[in-house]
Amino acid sequence: MELTGAQALLESLKKEGVEVVFGLPGGQTLPLYDAMYHEKGIKHILVRHEQGAGHAADGYARATGKVGVCFATSGPGATNLVTAIANAHMDSIPMIAITGQVGTPFLGKDSFQEVDITGITLPITKHNYLVKDAAQIPYVVKEAFHIASTGRPGPVLIDLPKNLQVAKIDFKYPDSISMPAYKPTYHGHPKQIAAAAKLIDKAEKPMIYAGGGVIASGASKEVFELATKISAPVTTTLLGKGAFQETHPLSLGMLGMHGTVYANYAVTECDLLIAIGARFDDRVTGRIEHFAPKAKVVHIDIDPAEIGKNVSVDVPIVGDVKNVLSALNNHVKAKDPHSEWVAQVLSWKEKHPLCYKSGGGLKPQAVIEEIYRITKGEAIVVTEVGQHQMWAAQYYKYSQPRTFISSGGLGTMGFGLPAAMGAQVGMPDKIVLNIAGDGSIQMNIQELNTLVNNKLPVIVVILNNKYLGMVRQWQELLHGRRYSHTDLDDNPDFVKLAQAYGAQAFRVDKFEEIEKVMKKAIAKRDCPTVIDFVVEREENVFPFVSPGQAINEMIVD
Amino acid sequence: MRKHTIAVIVENRPGVLSRVSGLFSRRGYNIHSLAVGTTEDENLSRMTIVVAGDDDILEQITKQLYKLIDVVRVYELSNISAVDRELVLIKVAANEATRPEIQQIVDIFRAKIVDLGENALIVEATGDSEKIDALENMLKKYGIKEMVRTGKVSLARSEETK
Repeated sequence: MELTGAQALLESLKKEGVEVVFGLPGGQTLPLYDAMYHEKGIKHILVRHEQGAGHAADGYARATGKVGVCFATSGPGATNLVTAIANAHMDSIPMIAITGQVGTPFLGKDSFQEVDITGITLPITKHNYLVKDAAQIPYVVKEAFHIASTGRPGPVLIDLPKNLQVAKIDFKYPDSISMPAYKPTYHGHPKQIAAAAKLIDKAEKPMIYAGGGVIASGASKEVFELATKISAPVTTTLLGKGAFQETHPLSLGMLGMHGTVYANYAVTECDLLIAIGARFDDRVTGRIEHFAPKAKVVHIDIDPAEIGKNVSVDVPIVGDVKNVLSALNNHVKAKDPHSEWVAQVLSWKEKHPLCYKSGGGLKPQAVIEEIYRITKGEAIVVTEVGQHQMWAAQYYKYSQPRTFISSGGLGTMGFGLPAAMGAQVGMPDKIVLNIAGDGSIQMNIQELNTLVNNKLPVIVVILNNKYLGMVRQWQELLHGRRYSHTDLDDNPDFVKLAQAYGAQAFRVDKFEEIEKVMKKAIAKRDCPTVIDFVVEREENVFPFVSPGQAINEMIVD
Repeated sequence: MRKHTIAVIVENRPGVLSRVSGLFSRRGYNIHSLAVGTTEDENLSRMTIVVAGDDDILEQITKQLYKLIDVVRVYELSNISAVDRELVLIKVAANEATRPEIQQIVDIFRAKIVDLGENALIVEATGDSEKIDALENMLKKYGIKEMVRTGKVSLARSEETK
């Protein structure tokens, strides 16, 4: 079948099961968008800024487990994707970014809107391609999807010069590809699994520390089986939220810098830490030499480079978490659910619950708790980055994987709104919340327009304290209350702004109004809603472990 | 910190050198020398990299290299019996008085004089890094005007299975 390069690209995407792409056209993607004009099989969501396209593809991937795809033109279009690509890379999200490039005769001549995007994205992609021959397009797409979605997932960029988009090729999609150098390990070594089982059987205070790898691998069921069989409390990372029911007695919520007191105590006291699809990030470990000081460590991860990177490990198991755990679960012996250890952990849970002081104005934590109650814990919660993100992590309880979507590794303000859009496109029947701060929401607020145009009912919850709140909190606690350039007192009127974009909008400053307004928002299925919650300005996120401290040394109020 | 010699076999694709060298710089590993060349398989290139670091760093480097899609194989050559060679060209100041002395040194090191001028000559030598260091040291006092070393290349000896 003879096709142009652009048509071949679209056919290849359909062969990979792509149903939707997020993008914005430009000079060097004109042929690609010309092919899109007649395309029936792929839906295109036209964003207002390429960063939005990147985060939307990322959010789509996180909500659905499929590969997210975004398009941008060359030069500034491509560089606008950079933050989104870095974000997906840090959190191991499968994503394909396709950028237009100047025609091959113009490459390397500083042509109009030319940037070396493969060079720029080298350290923030799992792999990338500058295609130089149109006949390679199907092979490159096939490889790119394979790389993005297998092993430890990640973003792959394909840079496609304009002249290749119009070149004619004889299209045939390859059935298979040969990549001799790329062979992820999926099954744990039986000896290592046996060694881990031995440690688990011997342990008196076992503890599970689950990360985003559990969700990527689809292994929540296996984690649940392990935890309940060996009666081990489970703490998760930010990206691991939803991997284990937070309503379960053995759930300790999140650990680390803003983790629960009981999770941080338990990690410090446990005699065996089973790390599953997690990478011992500094926000989790605090001062690393005081992290889990009494514990032997079993580390299960598909990426061998994570083993031993930050902490030394007693039993490493390289493999897909789901495969490893299903093998491991058969090896381990059941433990007493009423052990001293479990009793100890439960008593910490009772003694040191997450809490905040009531009184004064509207409390952001109370807003999250109320929204949790009203949505019955069934919404997909997508956050920006900052205080609101931590409150959304602490006070909403997650029971299903892929229901908490947040920028973990890169900490990207402006991630949430477009990512919520991607999640809503992927899960049209779900309630999708974008929990935002007044600082973050302004970093990609233009995507409200995209939500309106596509009738996407994302509910934007702005916890508005008129501050860059997390930075202000650090200034308060660590820099003598010198609030250097964190005051956003001159914020726009978010209600009017949202209405100007065509969204439904409300302002709430009393707790009693939350339910009524949220119900209106939930009922509206053909338009986004923005709710401006006017909250206590100087509320802090607690517990808080100062950077460089051990995680059991928390400031709690 | 110990020096390690590692061989990295990569697919011969555009950009592969910057992928590998970029990895070293962004993760803060110091490259002492890097030599790249073709191999017996035209699809593969071989990089010989000398890097300083303890065993943990070497392990991380190896694992991170394996994460690059174009990297086929990585192995360390410092722990096994291997043939190491480097080539050097040294332009040394030389006049009629010093030339015979230099000639003598060159002979002892089984090196060659490959270019001769009024005031300088160029010495070519191959050998392991220690020999090249020693030759360089001996010639220093005559005045080294310019020098280029290729960086080490290394192959495991035949009886080694690597």
